[in-house]
Amino acid sequence: MITSFPKLLDAAVVTLKLLSLSLFFGLFIGLLFAILRLSKNKIINKFAYGYSYVFRGTPLLVQIFIIYFGLGQIEYFRSTFLWVVFKEPYWCAIIAFALNTGAYTSEILRSAFQTIKPGFIEAGKSLGISNKIIFYKIQIPIAIRQSLPAYGNEIILMMKGTSLASTVTLMDLTGVAKYIISTTFKPIEVFIVAGGIYLFMTFIIHNLIKFLEKKYGYSQ
Amino acid sequence: MNIIKKFSLGLLITLFLTISANADKIKIGTEGAYPPWNSKDASGKLIGFEVELAWALCRYMGKQCVIVEQDWDGMIPALIMRKFDAIMAGMSITAERQKAISFSQGYADEVASLAVMKGSSLEGMDTPAGINLTKPNAAAKKALKTLTAALAGKTVCVQTATIHQNFLDSGDVGKVNVRTYKTQDEVNLDLASGRCDAALAAAVAFSDYAEKSGKPVVLVGPTFSGGAFGNGVGVGIRQDDTELLQAFNKAIDQARKNGDISRIATKWFGFDASM
Repeated sequence: MITSFPKLLDAAVVTLKLLSLSLFFGLFIGLLFAILRLSKNKIINKFAYGYSYVFRGTPLLVQIFIIYFGLGQIEYFRSTFLWVVFKEPYWCAIIAFALNTGAYTSEILRSAFQTIKPGFIEAGKSLGISNKIIFYKIQIPIAIRQSLPAYGNEIILMMKGTSLASTVTLMDLTGVAKYIISTTFKPIEVFIVAGGIYLFMTFIIHNLIKFLEKKYGYSQ
Repeated sequence: MNIIKKFSLGLLITLFLTISANADKIKIGTEGAYPPWNSKDASGKLIGFEVELAWALCRYMGKQCVIVEQDWDGMIPALIMRKFDAIMAGMSITAERQKAISFSQGYADEVASLAVMKGSSLEGMDTPAGINLTKPNAAAKKALKTLTAALAGKTVCVQTATIHQNFLDSGDVGKVNVRTYKTQDEVNLDLASGRCDAALAAAVAFSDYAEKSGKPVVLVGPTFSGGAFGNGVGVGIRQDDTELLQAFNKAIDQARKNGDISRIATKWFGFDASM
């Protein structure tokens, strides 16, 4: 148990890398699709809705398997330049995670945009501020602020979701824990240590979000 | 309150009855994903060499058996935690596993081999047909050197927690990039997709896949036995379960004498893999 601890900590770094990269790309995807969802154009709106519907409506495990094992089976796909990226399990995992968290993030941000009180926008308009600046300087900051609690939840869910990376051969925290178990045959001890590390990461993320909420959140 | 009490009592009785009904049955765990050793047919029924052999051994022991499915990477922990009483899952007898569980005498043995897709640069290596790693002779040592040079920097895929992974991790063929998968099916998929430069498993696992999928999978290099590859495949049993161990050993003796093991092995492997 003591000898396996450093190995698990190394693996936790892999988990954190997967998490931060997925969240980074996921946030952009989420913001993009939240804006598309607010579009008055029906086709764009439906497309954005379809994306979030598909990725929120299917299990992450299925998504990662389709992206990793599924696409790899298509011979034509393997001959395209995309295969350079999709050949690597690491990027397949990040693409799957980013698309998944992007779908949830887009919903979180969309509802945040929609709950902005019209008064804020009207106040900006009455001051003669252009629509573009209202959007960037008023709507986006307020939306991000309002979505902080829900987004914090999403980060924690995503962190636990990264454990599925081990199903596509990546040696993240869960992957290494399983590897240690396969040589020591002591599942309880190793999983408790791994679970403790996950719990600690949750603790940090939770407090970080709480801090941000306090600093930027509304006091109502 | 009364209802809850009655309900829990009923639940307890059901539980007790279920346990006692299964008490004298031997539960045998298998993976169901490693043809031809053990696999599942289209309807989800467990089939394969070990499933059929298990029924035969149970007849010799005069016991009723249940065969249950268990993921490969949790096989030994599940045995230790009494989810079942015996493992028959193509599990080779190795010193490392014997630290955790006991093994019956071996009932079958079968060599491991590297496989690549046709057209790979690894084809046509100059090695003997087979090497034994227990006491490697000069030819075997030379073959390992040839493999070390050929596999340097290559990605070799294996199922997790197998003798094949142990062998690659042991450094006998130098530093290869080992990628581990939960099942042999997934190893086969990634070998075919080109993510793996080569894969290592039981030779029959590849020929079975090549035959069923029609993919141009070819075996390369020598076949491996002995050393990290263990001493045949046996029944895994908890260390304190000496009575069951003896019963299995006796049943294997009888099944071997009557030709049952080689008959079943020939049916599933296409050759006599019994020992």
